[in-house]
Amino acid sequence: MTAEPHVVTSAPISDEIRRTTCYMCACRCGINVHLTEGRVTYIEGNRDHPINKGVLCAKGASGIMQVTAPSRLRAPLRRVGPRGSGAFEEISWDEALETATAWMKPLRETAPEKLAFFTGRDQSQSLTGWWAQAYGTPNYAAHGGFCSVNMAAGGIYTIGGAFWEFGQPDWDRTELFVMFGVAEDHDSNPIKIGIGKLKDRGVRVISVNPIRTGYSAVADDWYGITPGTDGLFILSLVHCLLEAGKIDLDYLAQWTNAPFLVNATDGPEKGLIFKNAESQPFVIDRRTGMPAPWDGKGVAPDLGAALLGHRTVFQHLAEEYLKPDYAPEAVADRCGIAPWRIRALAAELAQAAFDKAFALPRPWVDFRGNHHEVMQGRPVSFHAMRGISAHSNGFQTARALHLLQIFLGSVEAPGGYRLKPPYPKPIEAHPTPHHVSVPGKPLSGPHLGYVRSPADLCLKEDGTPARIDKAFSWEAPLSAHGLMHMLIPNAHAGDPYRIDTLFLYMANMAWNSSMNSAQVMQMLTAKDGEDYVIPRIIYSDAYASEMVAYADLILPDTTYLERHDCISLLDRPISEPDAAGDSIRWPVVEPDREVRGFQSVLLDLGARLGLPGMVNEDGSPKFRDYADYIVSHQRKPGIGPLMGFRGTGEDQGRGAPNPDQIARYIENGGFYQAHVPEGAAYMKPWNAAYQDWAVGLGLYDTPQPYLFSLWSEPLRRFQLAAEGHGPRQPPEHLRDRLRQAMSPYPVWYEPAGEAAGEGYPVHALTQRPMDMYHSWGSQNAWLRQIKGRNVLYLPTAIWEGQGFQPGDYARVESPTGAITVPVAHMAALNPHTVWTWNAIGKRKGAWALAPDAPEAVEGFLLNHLISEVLPGPNRVPNSDPVTGQAAWFDQKVRLTRVGPRDAAEPQFPVLPDPPRAGGGRGANFLRKFGRFGGRGA
Amino acid sequence: MTTLPQTTGKKLGLVIDLDTCVGCQACVTACKGWNDQDQGRVKGLSDQDPYGAAPSGTFLNRVHSYQVTPETGPAQIVTFPRSCLHCEDAPCVTVCPTGASFKRAEDGIVLVNEDACIGCGLCAWACPYGAREMDAAQGVMKKCTLCVDRIYNDHLPEEDREPACVRTCPTGARHFGDFADPDSAVSRLSADRGGYALMPDLKTKPVNRYLPPRKKGAAQAAPLAPLLEIRASGFAGWLDRVLGKI
Repeated sequence: MTAEPHVVTSAPISDEIRRTTCYMCACRCGINVHLTEGRVTYIEGNRDHPINKGVLCAKGASGIMQVTAPSRLRAPLRRVGPRGSGAFEEISWDEALETATAWMKPLRETAPEKLAFFTGRDQSQSLTGWWAQAYGTPNYAAHGGFCSVNMAAGGIYTIGGAFWEFGQPDWDRTELFVMFGVAEDHDSNPIKIGIGKLKDRGVRVISVNPIRTGYSAVADDWYGITPGTDGLFILSLVHCLLEAGKIDLDYLAQWTNAPFLVNATDGPEKGLIFKNAESQPFVIDRRTGMPAPWDGKGVAPDLGAALLGHRTVFQHLAEEYLKPDYAPEAVADRCGIAPWRIRALAAELAQAAFDKAFALPRPWVDFRGNHHEVMQGRPVSFHAMRGISAHSNGFQTARALHLLQIFLGSVEAPGGYRLKPPYPKPIEAHPTPHHVSVPGKPLSGPHLGYVRSPADLCLKEDGTPARIDKAFSWEAPLSAHGLMHMLIPNAHAGDPYRIDTLFLYMANMAWNSSMNSAQVMQMLTAKDGEDYVIPRIIYSDAYASEMVAYADLILPDTTYLERHDCISLLDRPISEPDAAGDSIRWPVVEPDREVRGFQSVLLDLGARLGLPGMVNEDGSPKFRDYADYIVSHQRKPGIGPLMGFRGTGEDQGRGAPNPDQIARYIENGGFYQAHVPEGAAYMKPWNAAYQDWAVGLGLYDTPQPYLFSLWSEPLRRFQLAAEGHGPRQPPEHLRDRLRQAMSPYPVWYEPAGEAAGEGYPVHALTQRPMDMYHSWGSQNAWLRQIKGRNVLYLPTAIWEGQGFQPGDYARVESPTGAITVPVAHMAALNPHTVWTWNAIGKRKGAWALAPDAPEAVEGFLLNHLISEVLPGPNRVPNSDPVTGQAAWFDQKVRLTRVGPRDAAEPQFPVLPDPPRAGGGRGANFLRKFGRFGGRGA
Repeated sequence: MTTLPQTTGKKLGLVIDLDTCVGCQACVTACKGWNDQDQGRVKGLSDQDPYGAAPSGTFLNRVHSYQVTPETGPAQIVTFPRSCLHCEDAPCVTVCPTGASFKRAEDGIVLVNEDACIGCGLCAWACPYGAREMDAAQGVMKKCTLCVDRIYNDHLPEEDREPACVRTCPTGARHFGDFADPDSAVSRLSADRGGYALMPDLKTKPVNRYLPPRKKGAAQAAPLAPLLEIRASGFAGWLDRVLGKI
């Protein structure tokens, strides 16, 4: 035998590792970026980082291909041809910024609402919101309205915190985990790590989802529910638990408003919480049978009390959900789940919560001053995401799921669902929305917030919506994230008014981020005489997306490895249940093009416009760039974008600005954590130790204990308005739907898509894959090899029923439009549902892909089937009537087999190639490898 | 033809847990990223037509997804990562005409000496698992190295001396270790969970093991017994009964 070849097993890895934060999706994992001779050569997860603990997903490890993508924009662009033609010329940054200033400055001085500033997937909303407030336009929001607001609002109005990434199951202690509509797109590495932990411990994982892929594929049991019926299914579980008395009465009595009395007197107070002479809610003390303060020490609230005919919230809820309407047999057909399956899941929930209950030996004191020797563990946990969020009944469905976990006593209990700082946070600690704009002045307060009653709506004196997206109007009263999906349709319709300049960041509204892409493209190019209906569009993006072609002025952004960012407690931090956390990005490589980080550009524009807070007294710019802002801006004295290393470097949370702060973050791996003391880690909304810790960190100024809102007064106030009470009244055409949707207790109602889609029997969904993020992935040479094609998956009943064959296409029709797309069979699917991967389809010519790329030929979007408005008069949004969340998943369709084809329809004209960086994988390959290796020049 | 070592000191390999793998593809691009560096250790994995109509590149690890329809119960999806199994009787080695393919006597890792590889492709033909990929630009055969340039690498912290796919796996579905040691974590995990070799009838004796998905379906929870017949007692009766439990 000949000697084995010599193998080099211990070669140097790289010259240097720089630790920053990933942005291949919104997960915000820590990454180690390896550099060799100044080039990025490898990216791996940062083991010390709280979010990903060293692991990294398919996207994160492909970041190197994003930073070298040929689609990167190269320099500022000015449109020179018709809008949408893609004809641009490159201009200098000074010219670009002067142009933008010349457009924006006169608007600010005359009609600031004519500037609409909306941001897509950024993570700097505390900056962009502050900027828009200083400018004075009421028209600002980010993309949450078409993404997640049902989950955010449903959670915050109920438990003072939400699903998505704002909390997580107690992975180490839970004994049963149930997911509703959880796809793989958000908080993905933490959820994958968590599922791995559960599998390791042999804990059962259950998925409720029409589609059995990803997490649902590894789940131990699968409930292939019919879309839009989750709320009914959940309330049926509640019915079963009530019937058997398997609910946590002590938890309900102590930590929720279940023992409050509901006002039974007919009139404008009916259905509100019954108050005492001091306008305070109160409870009946079981020890005395007498009224007692809700927050009184030693009080034992009576869930079964009645006073003068006013009964407790608990009695109202129990009576409602015990009705036969919620029995498994009554809901089974609609949900597509057999009655015995619903009863079996209820039994499993009860078994986990009560038979596997445990006491965690951690003494604690609650806000009433009562001492507890242990923390009561309820090891059952839930998670939910877009599958329930993107329906027009999603807000109430999210509330129903929170009600279920509250009835089981598991929210914030050991083994249950745990919130991450700055949550828990009651409604009262959030601002209300502000909209009053005065030329030349800042807005009266923050744009977005949580309304308590119709008095907080953003309406003009004549009762019409103050905002272009009609957020916080009767169309969407609790639209805490705005309605970005209505921005362009409303501006085009001049409803409620016309605007002048549309200013967008990182939002592909001319393609997958609009509900109806084809119509929005027409709206963006529509003319009124000589002028465009939307006269000016300014857009910032790093890449040659579809939206770039529709802008008049392009402010090219950097990639995520070339910039500063701040993942802040003021916005959307990287906290864990046991630690508040924030982090930064920093330029681990310098851009080699004429591009600038958008946040620095925004501050530059602010200074040119002379916006308050962005200029010194002499008019000079206050901030050198975004990095300077991150370090030196103070939202309140001592409170800035980053909590770590404040003051002399030792202060946490509160402290003077520290010029070395970013350097300290870099040294620390790009993040900072403030750990929750062990005795404060659970029962946070009521745990005095947690409340004190949160005040010390600056999360609140005073302790903010609160009770969970099973019965929601804000909702009831809107329902009362719909019933005719109060000075502010909804328009007649919205009265009925408000009466239904604004129920103070969780309800299920049929999604609006059912009536809108009569004659269209099939549900059509999209999912985001784990290895692609929105439209960004397709420009990535590695990721597009994994998912460069999408097909419409058909369940067996449709596949066999219509005689589909491999290679076939189907014509898919909705009341709004039709598409013709490739199909494939999938048995692990709800029988009334078809689905595809989101945003794989691309417009020809975009993203620096060849026009014959599969994404542009056979790839497709469902968006062309979806309308922003419901059928009928008044342009009522195709959104949740409470929050305005885009009801993407309400979509109904019908299918016809059309046999084999070679391209999807519709097809749009090829977008001309804008000036961009070029290069990319091919050029890199030659440079790196020449022929048979060797380091190129 | 190339000979295999009689025995190997260690039998390094992977355990891949099919009950836990969600098919996220993290291992695919972590592998691509590690092996695509040109740092003297490896010469990269090329991509052809990366932004065009038919992108096609070299990957040493790919994840496939299969649909299973059991006799009872709903259909299931199983995701299946596929890479070299480092067989004890590796047919890709014995078929190699130049000695480029070899199995290390020290640890059992199957490698390709790219300097000796003539790109004939016989090994890919001989491998029943489709675990080898010809790099179209370099004209040599590529395959999983079990990150031989990581696991012994003094430049890496101790905890990182494991394959890139294992280090990155978010669900912890991939495990690396020595199967020659019956007490190693991978040996015990495989024994506990019924780890199996792929296509054992082919006598290739793969080192890697796959853990089968656990049985799916309803739990063994006793049905909930109603407190009492609500229709008979009415809501008030139910309430008394429930609250009496406090």
